[in-house]
Amino acid sequence: MAIEYLGLNNINGPLVVLEGVSGAFYDEIVEISVGGKIRLGRIIEIYEDRAIIQVFGGTTGLSLKNTRTRLTGHPMELSVSPELLGRTFNGIGQPIDGLAPIVSDIKLDVNGQPLNPVAREYPRNYIRTGISAIDGLTTLIRGQKLPIFSGDGLPHDKLAAQIVRQASLGENSEEKFAIVFGAMGLKHDVADYFRRTFEESGVSDHVVMFLNLSNDPVVERLITPKVALTAAEYLAYECHMHILVILTDITSYAEAMREVSSSKGEIPSRKGYPGYLYSDLASLYERAGIVAGNEGSVTQIPILTMPNDDITHPIPDLTGYITEGQIVLERSLHGAGVYPPISVLPSLSRLMKDGIGEGYTREDHQDVANQLFSSYAKVGDVRALASVIGEDELSPTDKLYLSFGKAFEAEFVAQGEEDNRSITDTLNIGWRLLGMLPKGELDRVNTKILDKYYPKQ
Amino acid sequence: MATNAYGKIYGINGPIIYIEGLTDFQVGEMVYVSGERLVGEVISLSDKRTTIQVFEETTGLKPGDAVYGTGGSLCATLAPGIIHNMFDGIERPLKEIAQLNGKYIRRGFAMDSLDTKRKWSAAMKVSEGQYVYPGTVICEVPETSAVMHRCMVPPEISGTVVSVKPDGEYTIDETLVTLKDDAGKLHELSMTQRWPIRVPRPVQERYSSTLPLITGQRIIDTCFPLAKGGAAAIPGGFGTGKTMTQHSIAKWSDADIIVYIGCGERGNEMTEVLEDFSKLIDPRSGNPLMDRTVLIANTSNMPVAAREASIYTGITLAEYYRDMGYHVAIMADSTSRWAEALREISGRLEEMPAEEGFPAYLASRLATFYERAGMMRNLNSSEGSVSVIGAVSPQGGDFSEPVTQNTKRFVGCFWGLDKSLAYARHFPAINWLNSYCEYISNMSPWYSENVDPRFMEYRTKILAILNEESSLLEIVKLIGSDVLPDDQKLTLEIARVIRLGFLQQNAFHKDDMCVTLEKQFKMMDIILYLYEKAKKLVGMSMPMRLLKEEDIFEKVIAIKYDVPNDHLELFEDYRAQIDAFYDRIMEKNA
Repeated sequence: MAIEYLGLNNINGPLVVLEGVSGAFYDEIVEISVGGKIRLGRIIEIYEDRAIIQVFGGTTGLSLKNTRTRLTGHPMELSVSPELLGRTFNGIGQPIDGLAPIVSDIKLDVNGQPLNPVAREYPRNYIRTGISAIDGLTTLIRGQKLPIFSGDGLPHDKLAAQIVRQASLGENSEEKFAIVFGAMGLKHDVADYFRRTFEESGVSDHVVMFLNLSNDPVVERLITPKVALTAAEYLAYECHMHILVILTDITSYAEAMREVSSSKGEIPSRKGYPGYLYSDLASLYERAGIVAGNEGSVTQIPILTMPNDDITHPIPDLTGYITEGQIVLERSLHGAGVYPPISVLPSLSRLMKDGIGEGYTREDHQDVANQLFSSYAKVGDVRALASVIGEDELSPTDKLYLSFGKAFEAEFVAQGEEDNRSITDTLNIGWRLLGMLPKGELDRVNTKILDKYYPKQ
Repeated sequence: MATNAYGKIYGINGPIIYIEGLTDFQVGEMVYVSGERLVGEVISLSDKRTTIQVFEETTGLKPGDAVYGTGGSLCATLAPGIIHNMFDGIERPLKEIAQLNGKYIRRGFAMDSLDTKRKWSAAMKVSEGQYVYPGTVICEVPETSAVMHRCMVPPEISGTVVSVKPDGEYTIDETLVTLKDDAGKLHELSMTQRWPIRVPRPVQERYSSTLPLITGQRIIDTCFPLAKGGAAAIPGGFGTGKTMTQHSIAKWSDADIIVYIGCGERGNEMTEVLEDFSKLIDPRSGNPLMDRTVLIANTSNMPVAAREASIYTGITLAEYYRDMGYHVAIMADSTSRWAEALREISGRLEEMPAEEGFPAYLASRLATFYERAGMMRNLNSSEGSVSVIGAVSPQGGDFSEPVTQNTKRFVGCFWGLDKSLAYARHFPAINWLNSYCEYISNMSPWYSENVDPRFMEYRTKILAILNEESSLLEIVKLIGSDVLPDDQKLTLEIARVIRLGFLQQNAFHKDDMCVTLEKQFKMMDIILYLYEKAKKLVGMSMPMRLLKEEDIFEKVIAIKYDVPNDHLELFEDYRAQIDAFYDRIMEKNA
């Protein structure tokens, strides 16, 4: 029995108020029909018989009289089955590829549930991306959440596409893998770029796309990553696949949250974002991981563009506190023609330490990485000094650092879009560059390793 | 007995629910919400409205659903079975939940905090007719290989023992001792106590501590030591190694019990602690580290109200073990997430925000938390301590934000983590210039007696060299290091030896992860000896260039790897090598 409520009591931005409802519950999905078309909405606050509803399709065209609202009796759900693979959906999980909706008995609540830390398995297997700056210095681990902090106009899409292309065709190609792509407020041409990349690299049968493009309703964006992650969790834990989730752009998602929060009249905290921004972002990022005794995994690469390239802006800042590291892109490197323009020093992979070294990559990996970080940090100091006293006045060692820095950016960080380097190549390039510095300067490397790998003149 | 309060939900907003009208609930009362019995707590009352925070997801709650009072505050259950366990923010056992419920944490999952079926072997410590006071140990239970659990008379009760069960195997709920108090009322005592988490457990007196908490981390033990019963803050932006530092302290410190609270942090980190600590062996007792550790995990995606409670649950457990006479160290990672939970709930309550949107009571809440640390004489006259080490995650790594600033007012140790050190992979990335320790004067007698009378003198020298380095570096930044006079070049070189050879510590190297105080002292001794000898050479106008041709500086840097903790006699070789270095230079350039 479905009661329909006629009309609404208030419309304000993306929110509507409906009074006189009975039996509605918090977070319930409602269907609002206007002229035969149905829009979905979610109850985000409820007082006695007064429900505040966030309308996914936007409120344009609604009036206080022309609507019929029906309670569905369940929270936002996604029908899941292995048929998801190869399909394209809109931001709330409705098909937009012209094919029929997914029919399945399994409907999952998109809000997900927190994974019990006891049931998790600590991630230890590295994913080879073929990109030196990532494999060598900020190694991606299966089950990790490693965001790309970028800026407008920087090639984060290219980098993400390269990771997808090369990681999915790695050594473990006999294992089942798939890609879940969640787009929030993405431009059409960028969405097209990803679709093309997936097709060209022959993985489009293994891709599920959830697209909320920049001219799609803003409120839908709030549900898109949740829908995408629900699909990812199903494929990982029920179908035992290794899932790489790309979420782009987290900044648009946070903007949408701020918009809804302000129309609800909530008290803003930093830069007008709601106080629960951290908890909300965490509820997305924490859905990466591996469950003990289960073959699948969810690895997340969220992309976010830092407003004004400011890494202390609340969105990158809070993200960095939740995710297990970050890959930071830098405009000046991009300007200097370095691709990928990965700024090595602030980039970090927290899970790297347990997934590299003997038995995983190579015994010298940790030492090489530490030494490259340390020496490249020194390059920064030397450059600052050179800008004051001039390059000619530098000590001979400092001059070596300058040329090391240049070579490091040109040969280690920079690489072609099609260049897929093995981990041995990456480490060998590292040693070749470290060979430019006198042995005594390499104070982060174990003596035995140094003797074994330091290039002989 | 009065019946408990009862009400019906009027409104729901995230983790906050409202009941309209006048109710019988008390502030701080624990309540059960709806038929699913979600746990909640009353946070404010007026004649028009009762406000309740719910510790679980509120999806699916409806106006009209019932709210049942329990008549008591939110309590922690205290009994054998706590150690080696992992709880959520309101002390629900995550392992049992995982066994019964699979990989996700479902809500409305009421279960006992501790295993009530397991039998523990108890050795009774009281006899009939004995008069017992609050805190008197009634029985001892071997809880793990490392911990003897002493069950005590709860804080408000005293009286004459009228009956005692014999030694044997009992569950935590069985009555072991019956008391008759002065009013003639009978009290049945089992191994279990319940204590409201927001109330500090009473003690006889607090005194200032002279014992250091030895962590095996050089920069902490030598430069900025924490007293047993002290409070320390580790602030740092993301990626500066807060969690790694906390892990190192949890692993290697000489506390008897470790309470590790993962408050609003990553799930994988908690899994890592659980996996690592089960494998690692405590170098002092030879038992697995997990046998002295209890974990409280309220990860960032678990409900926000329980995150707020997790800090209190953790410190209540810590105080309980302190009452048994143990030294407990509690790691809270991170207090900023807890402060943000306060902010989030405060925002939902539409309270007037103070600085950065945090509620105005942030400072007083932080103070009440950190003041629960201390070296105490317990009710049973035993001595125990709770040391608190709180990580702070300031936004953008900026220490001027309210949580860091307010925390600084209430802690005695400040270990400021530095982004540029972390970028250069210098770990632990504790900045030696802006960190401080207020316990030094209290503890220096201990160092003189137990390590070496020169320890504090050496520490001062080391810090002085580092400070001098920092002012020299200002000059180097402007004109380069080549133009400095040789004695200043030497200072820079020795400071480099200190930074790389002493301050920097490798958490993954078997000989470097945990270093005894004795070795720390000997390392300082060698470094300062080298400084003294080299200074003599420079004083005789030997150029630094010549000194650097020798590899003695690199050798001293490598001491941390080359001299194992149990072969400290090797230090004599280094002294000889330094002498040889001195003689060689003298000979060559006489």
